[in-house]
Amino acid sequence: MTITEAKAARISDGKAAERRLGWYLCSPAAIFMLLVAGYPIVYSVILSFKRYDLRFPDQQGWVGFSNYATVLTNSFWWDTFGVTMLITVVSVAVELVLGMGLAVIMYRTLVAKGLLRTTVLIPYGIVTVVAAYAWFYAWTPGTGWLANLLPAGSAPLTQHWPAIGIIILAEIWKTTPFMGLLLLAGLATIPEELYRAASMDGAGRWQRFVKITLPLMKPAISVALLFRMLDAFRIYDNIYVLTKGAVGTSSVSILTYKNLVRGLNLGIGSTMSVLIFLTVAIIAFIFVRVLRTGAPGEGGRR
Amino acid sequence: MAEIVLDKISKRYRGGQEVIKELDLTITDEEFLILVGPSGCGKSTLLNMIAGLEDITGGELRIGGERMNERSPQDRNIAMVFQSYALYPHMSVRENIAFPLTIAKESKAAIKEKVDNAAEMLELTDFLDRRPGALSGGQRQRVAMGRAIVRSPEAFLMDEPLSNLDAKLRAQMRTSISRLQKSLSTTTVYVTHDQTEAMTLGDRIVVLRDGIAQQIGTPAELYETPANLFVAGFIGSPTMNFLPGTIAEGKVSTAIGQLPLTDQAKTDLGETKGDRDVIVGLRPEAFEDAAFASGDGRFSFDDTVDIVESLGSVKLVYFNLDRPADSPELSEVAEMIGAKERFGSAQVVCQVDARSAVREGESMKVSFDPKDIELFDAHTGVRIG
Amino acid sequence: MIGKKIGWSAVDLVVIAFALIPVAWLLSLSLKDPTTVAQGGFLPKKWTFDNYSAVFTKGNFLQPLINSIGIALLATLIAIVLGTFAAYAIARLEFPGRNLMLGAALLVAMFPQVSLVTPLFNIERSTGLFNTWPGLILPYVTFALPLTIYTMSTFFREIPWELEKAAKMDGASSFQAFRKVIVPLATPGVVTAAVLAFIQSWNDFLFSISLTSTDRARTAPAAIAFFTGASQFDEPAGSIAAAAVIVTIPIVIFVLIFQRRIVSGLTAGAVKG
Repeated sequence: MTITEAKAARISDGKAAERRLGWYLCSPAAIFMLLVAGYPIVYSVILSFKRYDLRFPDQQGWVGFSNYATVLTNSFWWDTFGVTMLITVVSVAVELVLGMGLAVIMYRTLVAKGLLRTTVLIPYGIVTVVAAYAWFYAWTPGTGWLANLLPAGSAPLTQHWPAIGIIILAEIWKTTPFMGLLLLAGLATIPEELYRAASMDGAGRWQRFVKITLPLMKPAISVALLFRMLDAFRIYDNIYVLTKGAVGTSSVSILTYKNLVRGLNLGIGSTMSVLIFLTVAIIAFIFVRVLRTGAPGEGGRR
Repeated sequence: MAEIVLDKISKRYRGGQEVIKELDLTITDEEFLILVGPSGCGKSTLLNMIAGLEDITGGELRIGGERMNERSPQDRNIAMVFQSYALYPHMSVRENIAFPLTIAKESKAAIKEKVDNAAEMLELTDFLDRRPGALSGGQRQRVAMGRAIVRSPEAFLMDEPLSNLDAKLRAQMRTSISRLQKSLSTTTVYVTHDQTEAMTLGDRIVVLRDGIAQQIGTPAELYETPANLFVAGFIGSPTMNFLPGTIAEGKVSTAIGQLPLTDQAKTDLGETKGDRDVIVGLRPEAFEDAAFASGDGRFSFDDTVDIVESLGSVKLVYFNLDRPADSPELSEVAEMIGAKERFGSAQVVCQVDARSAVREGESMKVSFDPKDIELFDAHTGVRIG
Repeated sequence: MIGKKIGWSAVDLVVIAFALIPVAWLLSLSLKDPTTVAQGGFLPKKWTFDNYSAVFTKGNFLQPLINSIGIALLATLIAIVLGTFAAYAIARLEFPGRNLMLGAALLVAMFPQVSLVTPLFNIERSTGLFNTWPGLILPYVTFALPLTIYTMSTFFREIPWELEKAAKMDGASSFQAFRKVIVPLATPGVVTAAVLAFIQSWNDFLFSISLTSTDRARTAPAAIAFFTGASQFDEPAGSIAAAAVIVTIPIVIFVLIFQRRIVSGLTAGAVKG
């Protein structure tokens, strides 16, 4: 080998060693995720093409897309899908606005910054079901202090639209702090001097917010939106405790759970699972491709 | 009328620290006023108070005759150029410059015209559609200026706008700024720590030390008749030489000779019983190689040359005399202007003609005119005479 | 200045109240005498700790609590170990598949949990993992991995790795350099990831009610849901509230101790390094 060739070989040796080390270190985690998540996902997809009801275990068999047809032509499915979408969009929109306000408060407050950040983490850390029970009892007529504020005899959790409202409120309460924290990080990256310059340029507080803060926060906002939308669509815990999905307040996850664990219908349950996943993937795709949201960890200026 | 009046302005922080102490200053319309001083002297704080970015603790600020203390920055109609430019990264150069006009809701046509004019004045026309990230330091600086001039404010405030540029660019921009200010005839308050900028740009200069104005005057006044040690040491490069001196029998006795006193100095000294310690100041440029300048009235001394610095146009010759001045005031001043070494070791710098045949380690004779000396009280630093 | 402070204090108070009211309500419910529960009202008219004892005696809450603690701890531990290796590789090394790894982690994080319930339900039943600790630990680790990997790789990227070289120049061996320089720098990131992962595992409800059937492996959140089905004739609200408060205590402690870390961990992901 010539000297340059030998050099090249040595360089790529080092690189090759680095590559191997990288793979070795990643493999345990990768294998784990593959086994525990990957394999069941594939299994799930396969099951979605089968007729598999645990109550009639002998009547298994391939049915192609008929499960999908059954689900997709079922108005109950679409109603549930609609409800889930509604809850997702409304709660995320409100969380964004409130979260933005919370971020500004956490950033600018002159008093008790630490106390604020600590208390605000409680909704984030508290077990969702636990909080849901708090709301459940608060809205139950008789027991609940919130229910007793309403005209006598109304049981909001037993009516469709009030119940949805309560569910949305519960979601908002639980995750606004999380939104607030994500947005706070974005807020903190804006240099203070830009605000002073804008002041000198004649911009008042609201104008500074709209023309400086918001545009510069676009990346943080899109990341926060993306994560919350994916999360919100999978809503389960709050609905389970508040209404158990009654009066048309089921989400797609609850519906799937009912078909699967209660109805023991693995075929239909798997079909719904796949459909949920596809929806989530499409939402993510829209965000990343169309709105060009950067996933955290990308932007590698290494 | 964009006259800026600072009437007994003071600034005190909550911890009790008083940063600006009852400053009185009137900046006339169209004047280019410099605030100069070492770090921590309060010049930026003062500028921020005029801008409205910091509260005024005491006194009154009037711009164009109106009291401004309570007004927020956006309502004062003054523009500011920041040290780090503070350009909006998400907007193009055009949008950056147009920003104040957009806020003021001017018509699109008016905005376009004004922005184009400003861009032409600052030679930015080719860059209007770029983002700040794609510009060089000098270009960014001009965009910051553009944003300030575009709305014809009552006054410009500039906070060390050139300090982030390299030396050559700085010199270039100095002349641009000067020309710009003259053509726009706008009152300008300019903060810098660089005395060269102060001397070349300002109509008048305010020398600040610890929140107190040491002297307010034209560059010539500050150079020729500095009010105290601090101003004398701050203005002029290389820094003025300070020697210990003793007044006796109508003359001042120094290491470089027994020098006569001016009549004014004699009057100010008054009746002094016994000897009195003073500091004698003499600028490096007041010296000359005795071979080139001698004659009536000139004194001379010779000593061994310590160091020679050849700058091309002149030579700087360093001597080491024996006695450093024993003055706490001088030490403090030296500390503030960063000349501790020089004053601590009684070093004298002479600026001589470049043709001088001076050589390090050899003896050399330099001459000077004793009328050029300045006398300062050794305790207070105040100028005598 | 004072005026501004009062203003902010008022705003802060509103926010704090908003954040704590449900918790306060639960506390109040849990302290209400069961006979007064149905009367409503925010504060208890009659105080009692009976609900708390009932939770442990009649509700058999101790075992589910132990399950929660044990399972969450183990899941966190495993997720941290596996995640640290991967995060180190992602933050420091160049290898093809790096982005793939991140993408896969993101995919798993996005995946609707209910979709995993179906196959896991069946798989665990056939492999005997149903209603066991490992049966829950496995999905918990899987969902914690993306979190730990992302959090730790973001932190690791901030570490000035040249310090390791400097230590070696100062005479330290590779291992010493690693232990004395890198480990202390990496610890904050690891601790943060661990706290976030623990909170996430502690919080789970869906897997717990789907993949367990008895107290052998059922965790606390799921157990609470079953109080309703207990054969009691009193209103179970008090006991549920008591159990809920108990389950919240570790979280409150965590948040108090680790507030700074949690905030920096959550925000680290959002700020692109």
